[in-house]
This record gives sequence, structure tokens and C-alpha cells, in this order.
Amino acid sequence: MTDAPPKIRIRDLHKSFGSKKVLDGVTLDVAQGTSCVIIGGSGSGKSVLLRCLLGLMTPDSGVIEIDGENILSAPASRRERLRGEIGMLFQNAALFDSLPVWENVTFGLLARKHLSRRNARTHAGEILTQVGLDPSVGDLYPAELSGGMQKRVGLARAIAARPDMLFFDEPTTGLDPIMGAVIDGLIVNCVKTLGSTAIAITHDMASAQRIGDQAAMLYQGRLIWQGAASTLMESGNPYVDQFTHGRREGPITMELRR
Amino acid sequence: MDMALDLVAGIGRATLSLLRATGAIALFALSGLSHIVRPPFYGRVFWGSFLETGFFSLPVVALTALFSGGVIALQSYTGFAQYHAQSAIAGIVVLAVTRELGPVLAGLMVAGRVGAAMAAQIGTMRVTDQIDALDTLSTNPMKYLVAPRLLAGLVALPLLVLIADVLGVAGGFLVAVVKLDFSATAYITATLNALKAEDVTVGLVKAALFGFLITLMGCYHGYNSKGGAEGVGSATTSAVVAASILLLAFDYLITDLFFSH
Repeated sequence: MTDAPPKIRIRDLHKSFGSKKVLDGVTLDVAQGTSCVIIGGSGSGKSVLLRCLLGLMTPDSGVIEIDGENILSAPASRRERLRGEIGMLFQNAALFDSLPVWENVTFGLLARKHLSRRNARTHAGEILTQVGLDPSVGDLYPAELSGGMQKRVGLARAIAARPDMLFFDEPTTGLDPIMGAVIDGLIVNCVKTLGSTAIAITHDMASAQRIGDQAAMLYQGRLIWQGAASTLMESGNPYVDQFTHGRREGPITMELRR
Repeated sequence: MDMALDLVAGIGRATLSLLRATGAIALFALSGLSHIVRPPFYGRVFWGSFLETGFFSLPVVALTALFSGGVIALQSYTGFAQYHAQSAIAGIVVLAVTRELGPVLAGLMVAGRVGAAMAAQIGTMRVTDQIDALDTLSTNPMKYLVAPRLLAGLVALPLLVLIADVLGVAGGFLVAVVKLDFSATAYITATLNALKAEDVTVGLVKAALFGFLITLMGCYHGYNSKGGAEGVGSATTSAVVAASILLLAFDYLITDLFFSH
């Protein structure tokens, strides 16, 4: 056991849209240098939780601490700096389609003036190599890439600034199982190499077990289970078991409309 | 009684909705304008938007102005010939083009072409998380996407309208000389006599305002689009319709302000 505070500490987070409670008292700790995978069905609040962590959405109440500092009460300039310590891989990669790949990869570095445009192309090539892409891909535009290549470029953009924290939103969605495993491998490799703290949200169980050290399940806005990612498939929690094994019968009832 | 209440409630809802939208657009415009004057500045984005708004709109605006000038000459000839006042045609053409047709037609063309494209581009960025990605990469989307486009509209439209003014007058001249057998020298002299700096200046002021309104509507509707492809389509339509209506409304207001007395 260590007394070191967790890298990311979430306490009693609430978020509602109108009368619909999306986050209903989420509490979670993620230790420095570990990966936490959050699973849950569609509409369970996973993406909202990630958006609150990124500062793209403001929760109604609760606390989000990074290195012991509550980012929700921090001034805007501090939040802006903290955001620079986060790399994010979006579900559909969210590459800027008007820019070539090299500019996508180095966008954050150029924005923060950590890199000159003259050196950016070469630097992008080095980062692309880290995610298994040829540096020549840098001259292509996102529309010219396959889904798997787009995810790799998205990953390259996320790790370009060597962030302290990496967030992944459904990293393997829309990919075939082999490409999914490749992306997971790259994610694990990047997280270990950089020593970053990672949070991934997914409903791909194979991916969750490959990426995560810890896992948690979000159901109806609450974290109903937390444990080691390796125990996901035999958690002993009826909700988690139903979800991870994809059973129709169980405590989770889908709201279906005729 | 119930029907009357429903009617009043409907009018109330529509009024509140209009006021909400007006407030939101005003705040969006103020935020965009404030980012124009505060660093960092994105010169490359501005230059790209300027080319898109100004240079690439030039063919359609030029053709519109050329033909409109010709049509004014033809129509006014038809009317004025009854009163043997054909000599006023050159003055009518230059007045109509510099005061109204140049800015309004160029504005409508650019609204259809550039306003729609901006709404579609920014709307697509919104629904594919690209705007959120900008945020996560320490880049303020208002500063990167909106401010350079607003500035491009403000600068490009007056330049376009200046060219449209010249071509509109040239269209009238060609029709008058080639088709209506006017003397070229007499037509040019009459044009220069009728031309006033104030007319051109007010036309350019209108153009700058129209450029701002067109890009504002494109950016606002794109930025706030939601719901995938259908949302982007709606944003595009709203941007063009709103820009066109605002453009015509402000055209009336400016005309009333400068020329009614």
C-alpha cells in the first residue's frame, strides 16, 4: 500500500440533462501510471464522464482532482494548462480533415509553440513510426486513410506531447478484431513507455482486458463495480457478468420500444 | 377561448425563442469579435478563409454584377424611352449598382456559396468531435475557427463589391453602347457625372456588414449544429436563410439611414 494520492480522484460526481440523471454520484480513483477501463452500455454515462474529466462539460456537482488539485474550482488558465497534460483519442479519431496527417499529429505542439513548423514534419514522422505507420503517411489527408490508420494517427496525435494522462473513447469501435488488438497493443505500449495514467471507456471486453489494470462498470450513472481488469469476466457481480458475457437474461433490462 | 389562449401561448413561445436565439447570436458575435483582436492569431486560417470568401467567389459575383448592370440598362431604357429620358440611363445604372445591386447581389451570392460551406464545414467538425479535439489540443475553437472567418468576411466582401461595382457599370455600358446605340464617350461622361463617392462608400460599408453577417451565420449555425448529417444539413440551410434575411433587413436599415433624407 502507498499513501501517495491518486493521480485522478473523482468524488460524488453528478450530471443531469433536464430530468435525466446521467452521472449519479460517480466516485473513482486512478493511481499514477495505471490504466483504468470503464465499461458500460450505451447511454450509461461513460462519454459524459470522460467529457467532464476533459473539461468539455461541467458537472452539476462533485469533485475532480488531478494530483490533489480540484480542477473544477481552478481558474480557467490553470485548467487550460492542465488540459495540455492530457492526450485524448476520440472514438472516430476526430482528425482535422482539412489538414495533412503530419499537421494533425503535431497540432498540439504547434499550438503550444513547443515546435516550429520547419521541424514539425520530421517530428511527426518520428511519432508516426511509434504507432507503426510509415513517415510518408504524414503527407496524406485523413480521408485517404483506412479506419485503423486513422485510429493510429489519432493515437499519434494523443501521445505527441508526451502527456501525463491519456484518455481513450472506444478505441477499438469500428475496427476488425485483429486491428482492434493492434491498436490495444499500441495503446498499452504508449502508456507504459510514457508512464502515463490512462482512462479508457469501452464496451469491447477483449479490449478492456488488454488495456486495463483496473476496471469499473458504469450503470445508470453509478459505478456499480470496481476491480482488477483481469477479473472482469468472473467478477461475481450479476450486472457485470450479464454485460461482459452479453446475456439477454439478467438484472440489466434494455429499454426497448415497440 | 382555448383557441385564443393557444394562439397567445404560441406567439409567446415564438417570441421567447426568437429572443433566446438573438441573445445567443449576439454573444457568439461578441466572443468572435473579441478573439479577432486578441492573440494568438491564426494567419493561415484567415488567409484560407479570405481566399475562399473573396477570390473563389469572384467568378460568380463578377458574372452576376455584369449581367445585372446590363439588365438595369435594358429595363431602364424600356421605361425611360417613353419619356425621352434615355440620357438618365447611365446615372441609373451607376446609382443602382453602387448603392444596391453590387453589395446586395454579391452578398446573396456569397451567402449561398460561402455561408453554406462554412456552416457545413464547422457543423461537420462539431458532429465528428473535431471541435472537442481542438479544445483538448489547447486551441480555442472560437479563436481558431470563428474569428479568422469573421475577419475574412469583413475584409473580402468590400473588395468583392468594389469589383462588382466596376463590372456592373461595365455591363450597363456594354448593353447601352452595343445594343442601344449609345455613344461610348457620352455614356462614360454621364456615368462619371452621376458617380458620387458617398454612394460607393456606403456600398462598401454595407458590404463589410454583409460579409460579417454571412460569416457569422455560417459559423454560428455550424458551431451549434447537432444530430449528425441531418443536423449539418439543417445548419447549412439555416445559415443561408438567416444570412439572406439579415442581409436584406440591414440593407434597408442602412439605406434608410444614409439615403432617406
